[in-house]
Amino acid sequence: MASPIEQFEIKPIVSFGKIGNSEIAFTNSALFMIIAVGLISLLFVYGTRNRSLIPGRIQSLAEMGYEFVAGTVRDSAGHDGMKFLPLVFSLFMFVLFANLIGMVPGAFTVTSHLIVTAALAALVIFTVIIYGIAKHGAKFFGLFVPSGVHPLMLIILVPIEVISFVSRPISLSVRLFANMLAGHIALKIFAGFVATLLFAGGWAVLSPLPLALTVALTALEFLVAVLQAYVFAVLTCIYLHDALHPGH
Amino acid sequence: MATPATTTTGTVATGGPPAAGGAFPPFQTETFASQLLWLAITFGFLYWLADKVIVPRLGAILADRASRIGGDLNEAAAMKAKAEEAGAAYEKSLAEARAKSQAIAQETRDKVNAQSNERRKAVEAELAAKLAQAEETIVAARTSAMSNVAAIAAETAAVIVERLTGVKPTAAVTAAAVKSTTQG
Repeated sequence: MASPIEQFEIKPIVSFGKIGNSEIAFTNSALFMIIAVGLISLLFVYGTRNRSLIPGRIQSLAEMGYEFVAGTVRDSAGHDGMKFLPLVFSLFMFVLFANLIGMVPGAFTVTSHLIVTAALAALVIFTVIIYGIAKHGAKFFGLFVPSGVHPLMLIILVPIEVISFVSRPISLSVRLFANMLAGHIALKIFAGFVATLLFAGGWAVLSPLPLALTVALTALEFLVAVLQAYVFAVLTCIYLHDALHPGH
Repeated sequence: MATPATTTTGTVATGGPPAAGGAFPPFQTETFASQLLWLAITFGFLYWLADKVIVPRLGAILADRASRIGGDLNEAAAMKAKAEEAGAAYEKSLAEARAKSQAIAQETRDKVNAQSNERRKAVEAELAAKLAQAEETIVAARTSAMSNVAAIAAETAAVIVERLTGVKPTAAVTAAAVKSTTQG
């Protein structure tokens, strides 16, 4: 039986050589990134090619997805946050599709790698910092200074605010990565128990228990896959709101 | 490990050793560059697509639908107002027509009344005139008849006197005698 972490291995499909210690290759991870973007394009570009006034099934689905993200951005980042809609839309759809494709047995889960989620979180946080400073200049750092507080308290509060700001990209990336990783490991282990018990003589009678648990966990993992994509998008919107309105 | 269950241990043995270096895959730093490269390519493409195609297109579709629905609703409201206006105009013209017809009926009735009154008066006047004429004729006939009666009586008396006496009285005597008897 395969180890529960084998499913996270990066396997080169076509190698382009090495830069230092790092191998540059077309990997299974890259393949599934392309599959995710391909499916998103299929749904949102091919599905809306007719621009029908009365939408068909696929266009309805695309419109629902768009309206859902647009509504999230509008609620969390405000109306002037709508200029970040393409970014939030891309992030949400990429994470959602990567998570859901990862639920297909045998598929690779792109978002179960910390480097991918960290890169996406870094993209968010650098967008916030660069846009915030470009728009508000030094006033952007007012984000770290809660208003209406006694100056002496600021000695304690400002470092806390700075730490909370710095921990944002870490929590954003680790949350998604850990959820996907842990979920897939748990699924694999419980599914493994089923096989182990089946070949363990009299213990085979117990094998339906982990099977039932695997079914339940699969349902939970689908929920987590959607929920984590949503959490990533909502937090992105909240951080962007800070960039747009640094005053507390 | 060397137990009778060779099949299961065999699969564990082949699939068992995880990665080449034995490290946990998400922490194998030598795969980072490749993953970042492909993430940049795929996510960059997705962002470009979302920015240039997906968001503008879907925004346009939804805005178009919203404006179409709003336009249709406005049009419906305008049509409804128009229909109500037409209804009011119809009611008004109906009331006008009714008032007019009543006026015409009244006028006609008055006219007919006046005409018939006039005709009745004319007929009555004509009848009165005819009656008066007839009475006149009667009076004339009677007087002429009465005067004839005196003449006839005078003649008859003259003839009778002549037969009885053989003497013919004069007209003046007989006339005076007739007159004295008829008036006596």
